[in-house]
Formats: sequence, C-alpha cells, structure tokens
Amino acid sequence: MLDQFLQHCLNALMLGGTYALLGIGLTLIFGIMRVVNFTHGELYAFGAYMMYALVMRLGIDFFAALVLAMALGIVLGGAIELTLLRPLRSSDIDITMLVMIGAWIVLQNSEQLAWTGVAQSIANPFPAEPLVFGSLSVSWNRVFVLLVAMFLISATYFLVNGTKLGRAMRATFQDRETAALMGVRIERVHTATFALGSGLAAASGALLGPIFVVTPTMGDLAATKAFAIVILGGLGNVVGATVGGFILAFAEEIGVAYISSGYRDAMGFLLIILILLVRPTGLIAQKERIS
Amino acid sequence: MTRWPAIVVLAAFASIPLWMENLYFLHILVVTGIFIIAAMSLNLLLGFTGQLSLGHVAFFGIGAYASALVSLGFEVHLTEDFAVGIGPKPVWLAMALATAVAGLCGFAIGKIAFKVRGAYFVIVSISFAEVVRLVAVNWVELTQGPMALNNIPALKLGVPGLIEISFLRKPAYYYLVLAAAAVSYVIIRRLVNSQAGRAMIALRENEPLAVSVGIDVTRYLVLATVVSAAMAGAAGALYAHYVRIVDPDIFLFIYTVTMVIMVITGGKGTFAGPIVGGVIFGSVPEVLRALAIQPELQWIAFGLLMIGIVFLLPQGIVPAVQGWWQSRGKTPPQGGPPIEAGSGAQQ
Repeated sequence: MLDQFLQHCLNALMLGGTYALLGIGLTLIFGIMRVVNFTHGELYAFGAYMMYALVMRLGIDFFAALVLAMALGIVLGGAIELTLLRPLRSSDIDITMLVMIGAWIVLQNSEQLAWTGVAQSIANPFPAEPLVFGSLSVSWNRVFVLLVAMFLISATYFLVNGTKLGRAMRATFQDRETAALMGVRIERVHTATFALGSGLAAASGALLGPIFVVTPTMGDLAATKAFAIVILGGLGNVVGATVGGFILAFAEEIGVAYISSGYRDAMGFLLIILILLVRPTGLIAQKERIS
Repeated sequence: MTRWPAIVVLAAFASIPLWMENLYFLHILVVTGIFIIAAMSLNLLLGFTGQLSLGHVAFFGIGAYASALVSLGFEVHLTEDFAVGIGPKPVWLAMALATAVAGLCGFAIGKIAFKVRGAYFVIVSISFAEVVRLVAVNWVELTQGPMALNNIPALKLGVPGLIEISFLRKPAYYYLVLAAAAVSYVIIRRLVNSQAGRAMIALRENEPLAVSVGIDVTRYLVLATVVSAAMAGAAGALYAHYVRIVDPDIFLFIYTVTMVIMVITGGKGTFAGPIVGGVIFGSVPEVLRALAIQPELQWIAFGLLMIGIVFLLPQGIVPAVQGWWQSRGKTPPQGGPPIEAGSGAQQ
C-alpha cells in the first residue's frame, strides 16, 4: 500500500518536470507579452515531430537531435512572433488571441498534412530494464527527462534573474512604458521571450516524444495543462510555474490512483477552480511579479 | 424608424423557404441560425461587457444535454440503492427547463469566474468547458458517454385533439429557429438599451471609473452571464432536437472558436454583427467543402482566413460599413478617424 503510494509519487515527480517546463515557457509569454498563446501546444508537438524526423528519418544522434529540436522551436517561435504578433502589438488581448487560435489551427493541420494522423514512436538509446530501488522502479529515459527538465528550468531561472536580458524582461513585465523610456528595447524583449518560451515548449515535446507516441493532436492536451499550470503559479511567475507543474502532476497521479482514471485531465481544471475560490492571484503570489 | 432595416431583414430571411427547395441548403441555414443565436449570446458578454469567455460552448452543450435528457427521461443512482430520475417529458417543457438550467450554470460560474479578469478569465472559462466535457464523457449512466444520446424526440406543439404542428420537417424548423433568433435579438437589444446595459458598457469602457460611480460590477457581469448562458442553452436545446443525437463532441473547443470568430468578424458590440459574421462563417466551411480539397487544407484555409480577417478588419464588418456610411458625402475631418471610439454600442 505504502509502496504503491511511493511509486505514484515517483511517477508524479518524473511527470512534473516536463509539466513545469511547459508551464514556464507559457508563463513567460503570458506574463510579459499579455498574449494568450494558443500555439504553445503546437510548439510542443513541433518539438516532438522534429525529434521524430531527426532521429527516425535522418538517423541523427538522439542527444544532438534534442538540442536541434529545441533550436528549431526557438526559430519557429521567433518567426511566429515577428510575422503575427509584432504588427498587432497595440491590439486588444482578444485580437491577438484570435490570431493565435488561427495559427494553432494552421499549425496543427499542417502537422496532420505533413506526417498524417498515424501515431509515431521514437527509439531512445537508454537501457530497457528500469532503475530499481527496493520495490520502486523507474525507467532510465524518465530519469533523463527529469534531469534535462530541471537543468532547463534552472537555466531559465538564471536567465530571468541573472542576466541583462532577464532584467529587461522583468522591467517590461512590471511596466512596459517605463521600461521603454529607460531604454529597454521592448520589441527585442518580446521576440526573445516568445522564442524562448517556444523553445522550452519544443524541448518538452522532444523530451516526451520518445516516452509516449507522437500525434498531430498531442499539443492540445499539453496546452490545456500548461494553461492550468500558469494559473496555479500566477502569470509570469517562473517559480510558481515550476511548483504548479509538480502540483498538477501529483494531483493527476493521486487522482488517477484513488479516484478515477477518466477524470485525469480534469484535475488541472478542478485545481484552477479551487485556487480561484481561495487565492485568485495564484499559489505563490508575489504581487504579479516575475519569478 | 430604426426598426425598418431589422424588419426588412427578417422578412427576407422568412421568405427563403418559400422559394428555396434545396433541403441541404435549408439544413445549413438551420444549423447556421442556431449558431447565430449562440454567437449573439456570446456577443452580450464579449461585445457589451468586454469579457472574453472561451467556454461558451459549455452552456450550449449543457442546454443540449439537459433538453435531451428531460425529453428522454433519465435515472441516476446516487448511491447503491438510491436513485433519482424522471420520466420522459414533452419537448417544449424540456427546452424551457434546459434554458433555465443553462442560466443557473451561468449564475454559478459567473460568481466564481468574475473574481478574475483578462487572461485569467479566459483560461478559467476554457477550464469550465473542459470539465463539463469530461463529465459528459465519463458520467456514462447519465449521458451515455461517447455512445451519445440517441433518438431524441422532435418538437411537437399544439392543442391535444385539435391541432398539432410537428417540427420534424426542415422548413418548419427553419421558422422555429428564425423566431428564436428574432426573440433573442429583441431581448439583447432591450437589455443593452436598459439601465443595466448602460452599466455593462460603462464597465467595458473603464471598469475602475464605473466602480467609482457606484456600479456593482460583479452584479451586472453575473446578470449578463445568466442571460447569455440561458440563450446559449436555448440554442443548444434547439440543436439537440434538430440533429436528434447529442454526444460529448458538442463541447469541442472549435465550436467556441466558431462563435467567437462570428462575433469578431461581424463586429463585437454591435447588434447586427453576430448575424453578419454568422452568415459568413456559416457558409465558409460549405464553400471550402464544395472546393473538394482535403480536410486538412480546408482547416488551414479556415485558420488563414481567421488571421486575415482579424488583421484587415479588427473592428469587424458592421462598424467598418457604418463608418463608411457615416462619412459618405461628408468631407472627413483632417486626420481624424471616421468613427469615434465607443460608438460600437449603437446599431
């Protein structure tokens, strides 16, 4: 009984890392640009498909493909920002959101067109037998995913809190006009933020693609979870999104184990509604401040 | 005098079944009409109170399920040996109850969701729709889950033994939907032009200012949500008894997207906007299908069209036409925009 519980906790820990990664990318875009980014899930699917193309079709090394997939995600994110969002910078939130919904429809159906609806799997170089501690077991691939996710989360945290670009991002988040007056290049900050967030989404897709299967609609579920994590943690809050990712993963695992597996994907939304009743600003509210 | 355009348009729509014999065309009009009612209800929230709800399909689906379940009858076991249920009820009663149930859901959700604004509110509204969809999938005893509710009865009205009208045929249903749309239009118009409507517009334009003059924001937002949800629920009930099968796919996000794009294309915050946008986006999928291209390409074209419309006409078609009409014949003021901001509330 206790073993089972611990196994669920271990699974949740492994899942939480990628959820956190997804959430961080979205929370930065959301917080700094005030854009409800509906393409986030598609960037996740894009990362997974690039991983599939590079590893299974072109035969590139698994680890090099991971880096490349993330880089391609950054490029695609930057392109979306420059073509669709930059011209609409002064528009209402619902206008940019509709454009992002349009982009989401176009991207998803392009994926369907390019790769067909058949689920694809990606081979990974890790040993097939799991890592065993006593009665608990976990696959090597999942351990690797958690480590890379933690590395990327730490790197993002450092980028936001310890670099000049990060300072510009935080300044833009707090007050766009004042930041611009102080000489922050707002346009560059926006493009960099969107590209970074997209790269993180692509990285989580590239990490999870080899664990699950790759399908054109895989991004939809990922996007809804990322939204839930952002609300849990508060807009623009990197630490909040990290904690939110792990909380969501735990809630899902425990919910599946002890309540009902059919409601797995409802857990995030139920958490949101609960949070709103108790603490509308998010779990780790620092007065809407970044990280 | 301003009523004449609306009456002419209504008469034009009413004449369609008289000269149109293509039943497939009528079918598209019926479905489009139902979605226009839903889009009008969304416009009340999005256009007049300025709150972007992306969970609107939840109310539509709740109305459809509630109406179907009441007309079919259901029984649910709350515990092992305690069950609640009702027998089949007449369809008109089911539709009325469904409207009320959707309105009640709007009340509950409004109370919770309006604690937040902006991007948070958008996500909360999506979450609500998704939770409702998952309940519809998983609560098989009530909803039949993915197996769907089948054989939903059609609407019949009349005095027993004297006269009975069956809404099984498409022209009859077309008139029913048209009547419902006209009633919805009048309700929204009257609400927006009332004191409550002015309060809603005030808080759309400047919420802190509206609060400072004593407008109870949450109260008016919840009122708008209740009316909007009930109307969307009625549209859902009309849909359920028309297609006569309801499954959890009715809660798909793309239906909300369709309603939003109808409102934005036509012009949010205008009375005619959802109708203009609805006619356009009701016919676009049919035109794309007629071009006989792959479904993926149809969707890509749909997405690109959405982006294009938002880029070219962010205000929507109706305000653009109004601006052109008003500036016609007059020399436009130097450097000034043809319409002033906030004039969208007038038809």
